[in-house]
Amino acid sequence: MQRSILALVVLLAVLLVLPFALDRYMLSVMILILYFAFVGQAWNVMMGFCGQLSLGHALYVGLGAYTSAALYQHFELIPWVGMIAAVLVCVAAASIIGWLAFRFGIGGTYFALLTIAFAEFTRIGFEHFDWVGGTAGFFLRVTQQSRMDVLNLRGDPIMFYYLALALAVAGFLLSAWLLRGRLGFYFRAIRDNEEAARAAGVNVFRYKMYAVQISGGMTALAGVFFAFYYNNLFPEQIFHISRSIEIILAPIIGGIGTLFGPVLGAAVLTLASEGINAALEALGHEIPGVKQILYGVALGLSIMFMPHGIWPGIARRLGFTRARDDSDA
Amino acid sequence: MPIDAVVNIVISGLFTGLVYGLMALGLSVIYGVVRIVNFAHGELMAVGMYAAVFAFVMAGIDPLWMLVPLAVAFFGIGYGLQRALVNPFIGRPEHSQFILLLAVALVLVNLLLVFFGPDARGVLVSYSLDSYQIGPLLIDKVRLICAAVALITCAILFAIFRYLSFGKAIRACADNLLGAQVVGLNVKHLYALTFGLGTACVGIAGCLMSLLVDVTPGLGPAYTLLAFVIVIIGGLGSMVGALAGGVLIGVSESVAGLLFTPSAKGMVSFALMILVLVFRPQGLFKAR
Amino acid sequence: MPSVTRRDFNRLAAGSAIAGSAALAAPAVVRAQASKLRVGVLLPRSGALAFIGQSCQRGADIAPAMLREMYGVEIELMNADMESSVDVARSRAEKLIDDGAQLLVGAFDSGPTAAIAQVAEQRKVPFVVNIAAAPQITEQGYKYTFRNFPSAGDLIGNGLSLTSDIFQATSAAPRTAVFMHVNDTFGSSMAKGIAAILPKLTHLPFKLVDTISYDREARDLSVEIAKAKATQADFILLVSRLNDAILLVRELVKQRWSPQAIISPGSPGMYEAQFYKALGNRYSDYCISNVPWYNPNAALAQSVEATFHKQFPQEKLMFHALNVGFTFEAIMIAADAFKRAGTTDGDPLAEAIRQTNITEHMMVGGPITFDAKGQNTQIASACIQNRDGEPVVVLPQDAAQKAPVYPVPAWNERKA
Repeated sequence: MQRSILALVVLLAVLLVLPFALDRYMLSVMILILYFAFVGQAWNVMMGFCGQLSLGHALYVGLGAYTSAALYQHFELIPWVGMIAAVLVCVAAASIIGWLAFRFGIGGTYFALLTIAFAEFTRIGFEHFDWVGGTAGFFLRVTQQSRMDVLNLRGDPIMFYYLALALAVAGFLLSAWLLRGRLGFYFRAIRDNEEAARAAGVNVFRYKMYAVQISGGMTALAGVFFAFYYNNLFPEQIFHISRSIEIILAPIIGGIGTLFGPVLGAAVLTLASEGINAALEALGHEIPGVKQILYGVALGLSIMFMPHGIWPGIARRLGFTRARDDSDA
Repeated sequence: MPIDAVVNIVISGLFTGLVYGLMALGLSVIYGVVRIVNFAHGELMAVGMYAAVFAFVMAGIDPLWMLVPLAVAFFGIGYGLQRALVNPFIGRPEHSQFILLLAVALVLVNLLLVFFGPDARGVLVSYSLDSYQIGPLLIDKVRLICAAVALITCAILFAIFRYLSFGKAIRACADNLLGAQVVGLNVKHLYALTFGLGTACVGIAGCLMSLLVDVTPGLGPAYTLLAFVIVIIGGLGSMVGALAGGVLIGVSESVAGLLFTPSAKGMVSFALMILVLVFRPQGLFKAR
Repeated sequence: MPSVTRRDFNRLAAGSAIAGSAALAAPAVVRAQASKLRVGVLLPRSGALAFIGQSCQRGADIAPAMLREMYGVEIELMNADMESSVDVARSRAEKLIDDGAQLLVGAFDSGPTAAIAQVAEQRKVPFVVNIAAAPQITEQGYKYTFRNFPSAGDLIGNGLSLTSDIFQATSAAPRTAVFMHVNDTFGSSMAKGIAAILPKLTHLPFKLVDTISYDREARDLSVEIAKAKATQADFILLVSRLNDAILLVRELVKQRWSPQAIISPGSPGMYEAQFYKALGNRYSDYCISNVPWYNPNAALAQSVEATFHKQFPQEKLMFHALNVGFTFEAIMIAADAFKRAGTTDGDPLAEAIRQTNITEHMMVGGPITFDAKGQNTQIASACIQNRDGEPVVVLPQDAAQKAPVYPVPAWNERKA
C-alpha cells in the first residue's frame, strides 16, 4: 500500500513538470491521454464498481458540452458556472435513465441497449436543435490565444493540460474514496451478486442510482472540457456511438474495476494509436483502414487473453498488491 | 397530403420492414439460443451485400440467384465463427463478449474498406427502377420481391424449428440448457448450428439489401443497432416478433417521416424501443 | 522527437534578440532567404469522404512542378490524413507543424477545417482553406486563416442568381419549387443561407412550397420523395451529397415523378464521376449544379488540364473540377505569397497572403483577393448541366460549352 502511494506521488510529480519537456504535438497527445483517463474512470464507477454496463456514455459528454457551451455563448456565463449546470443536467439525465431501467428491473444487455437508445435519440434530437446550431455545429467565440484566461478557459494548450491533469487526479481520488468507503462496498456487492445483496438488505435501487448519477456527473465535466478545448460541437460527432465505444476501451483494456486500470488503459491505447500511425507513415503505406484493422486485432487478442485488463498483472508484478488479492487496486 | 401518397408510403414501409425483419431474425435466433449479443451482426450483413455486389459486377449475376449460394456460405461462416471464436466466450461476462464481437466488427469493416474502397456500391439490375401501378397505388417491384423472399425465408426457418429434429433440439437448448445437456444433446454443435442459421439469414438479408440500398464499408453499425431495436421491440427469441418488429419499425418510420421532418425519423425507432423496454421488456411477442 | 526545454527556448530568444537588432542594422545581409516552403496538406484520406480527399490530393500533387515553372519557387508537400474527425484533424495539424510545415492547406470538411484553423491561429501558421463552406470559419476573427472558396452564403447567392439566369436563357418561369436538403453540417449551413437569402431575391419567379430535410445516413428516401411529389412543385432545389443524390434520382424514377429539373444551388454530388456511373447517362443527364468551376477558356485551366491528364492518364479533369482546381489554387496562393514575402516565417507570410491579387487563375470569378476576414468574395459559380454523361458549362455565356436545357425531358421519354 505504501509502495503504491509512493509510486503515485512520483507519477504525479512527473506529470506536473512534463509539459516543459514536450513539443506541442506530444502535449496534445498527453491531453488526450488525461482526458480519456478521466472519462474512463467516470465510466468505471458505473461499470467497474457497480456492474452496470453503459454503452451510451457519449450522451453525458455531449450534454455537458452543450450545456456549458450554450450558457457561455448565449448568456456569457463563465465555464466554471457552466460546469455546475452541466453536472446538474447530466445527473438529471442519468436519473431518468436509471429510474426507467432499475424501476422495471432492466439490467445487463437490455440496460446497455437502453443507454445506446438514449444516446442516439439525443443525437438526432440535437441535430434538429437550432438554438445550439443543429447539424451546422455550435461554434464558441474564440479570442487570440496569447493571453491565458482561466476564468473563461481561453488560452494555451498548457492550461488545458493542467486542467485535464486536475480532472484526472480528481477522478482518481474520487474513485479511490468511493472504493474504500461504504458506497463502494455496496456497489461491489451489487456488482458481484445483486440478488444476494438485496437479500442482505442493501437498497439495490438506491445504490445503483447513485452509481449512475455519479458516473454521469463526472462525465459532464469531461464534456465541458471538450467544449472549451475544441471550441466546436457537432451532434453527429459528440453523441456518436463510436465516441461511447472510445470511452470504454481504455478502462476495459486497462482493467475494469481497478483504480489505475483506466489511466493505464488510456495511456496505452493513445500511445499505441499514435505509434501505429507513425509506423505506417514511416513504412510509406497510406492504406486507410489498416490502422483500424490492427486496432481491432489487438483489441480482440487482449480481450481473449487478458480479460481482466493489463493492470492487475502488472500491479502484482510491481508488488502493489499481494498475489491473488482482491482485484480492486 | 393525398391519401394514395400515404398508402404508398405505408406499403413501401411495410416491404422494407419485412427485409429489416429478416435481418433481425438472424439476431433473434442467435440471442434466443446462444445468449450472445452479436455486435458484428450488421457488419456480417454488409459482407453479404458486398458479396452480392461482387458477383454482380464480376459475373453479372442477379443477386436473386446468389440467395442460395450465399445462404450456404454464410451458414458455414456462422458455424465456424461460433466454434472458433465465440464458444470460449459463452460463460464470460457480457462486456467481454461485447468487446470481442466489437473487435470482429472493427476488423470486418476495415477489411471491407481496404478491399472495396470507400465508394458506395450498388446493384442496378434491369428491373431496379420498375414499379407496378395498380390504380392509384405505385408498388416498387424490387421491394415487393425482397419482401416476398423475406417471408419465404422466415417460413422455411419456422418449419426448420418446428419439424426438423435438429431444429427441435435447438429449441430445447434455448428452453432448458441443463435439461438438454442431461438428455445428451451436443450443445456445442447445436450452438454452432444456431449461429450458422442466424448468419445464413443475415446473408440472405444482405443479398436482398444489395438490391435496395448501396453498400459502403461503414454501413454495418447502423444496421446492427436497427436489428437490436427490432429484436427488443419484437421480443428476443421470437421469430414472429422479429418480423412484426421489423414491419412496425418500417411503417412507423415512414409515417413519422411523413408527419414530421424526415431527418428525425430515426428517433422513432429509439423512442419505441425505450417505451418497450420500460413497459414490456420481454417484447411485444412472447418467445415460443 | 526533438523537444525544446524552457532553457533552450530562453537562450534561443536571447540569441534572436541580438541577431534581430543586428538585422535592423543590416537588413539586406541578415534577412533569411528561405529556399523552399513546406506546405502541410490535410485531407480526408479515409472515411466517407475518402474519394474526394484522393481527388483533392491529385490537385496538390501536380502543383509543385507547375508552380516551380510559374513562380520559380520550391514547394515541398507534407500530406496527412485527418480521417474526417475533429480531434484527429487537430493533432495531425499540430504534428505537421512540429515536423516543419510552414503553411497548411485543407480540409474539405467544415468541422475539421474549423479545428485546424484554431491550431493555425495558435501556432501562427498561415492556413489556406481549399474547400469548406461553413460561414463561421472566417467569422472568428482569425488572422492566419484564408479561404479561397465561397462561404455557404456566397454559394447560395451565386447559385440562386444563376438559377434566375437559367430561366431567362430558356424563357421559362416556374412558379413553385420544393427544397430538399441533407441534414448534415454542410446541408444545414446551406439551408440557413437559403432561408435568409431567398426571400430577399424578389426577382426570382418561384416560391418554395416545402422544405424537406433528410438524414445524411438515410438509405431509403422513398418517404422524402413521396412528400416532394405530393407538393406538385415545378422543380426541385437540391442540396445533397453524392450518395443521396443517386438515391433521390432512383426514387424519382421509381415513383414516376419528373420535375422540370433538379437544380443544386451549390452542393456536390450531381457532377461527380460516381453519379454518372451509378445512374448511367439516361438518368444522370440534365441535372443542374450551380457550383464554382474552372473556366475552360482560361489559360491556366488548360495547362492544369494538360498536366493532370499527363500525370493521371486514366482520369479527366472535369470529373475532379472543384477538388483539383481549388486545391491547386490554394497551393498556388501559398507559392505566390512565398515569392513576395521571401520568407517562411508565419507573420510576413500571412501578411503577404492578405495582399494577394492573382489575376491569372483557373476558377470562374474575379481575381483572387482576400478581404479583412480572410475570405475571397470574388469567386463566382458556373451553371453545370450533365450532358451525355459529362459535366458541361452552360452559363455564364463566356465560359459556356453548350446551351442550357430547361425544362428537361421526363424519365420515361429518355432513350435507354
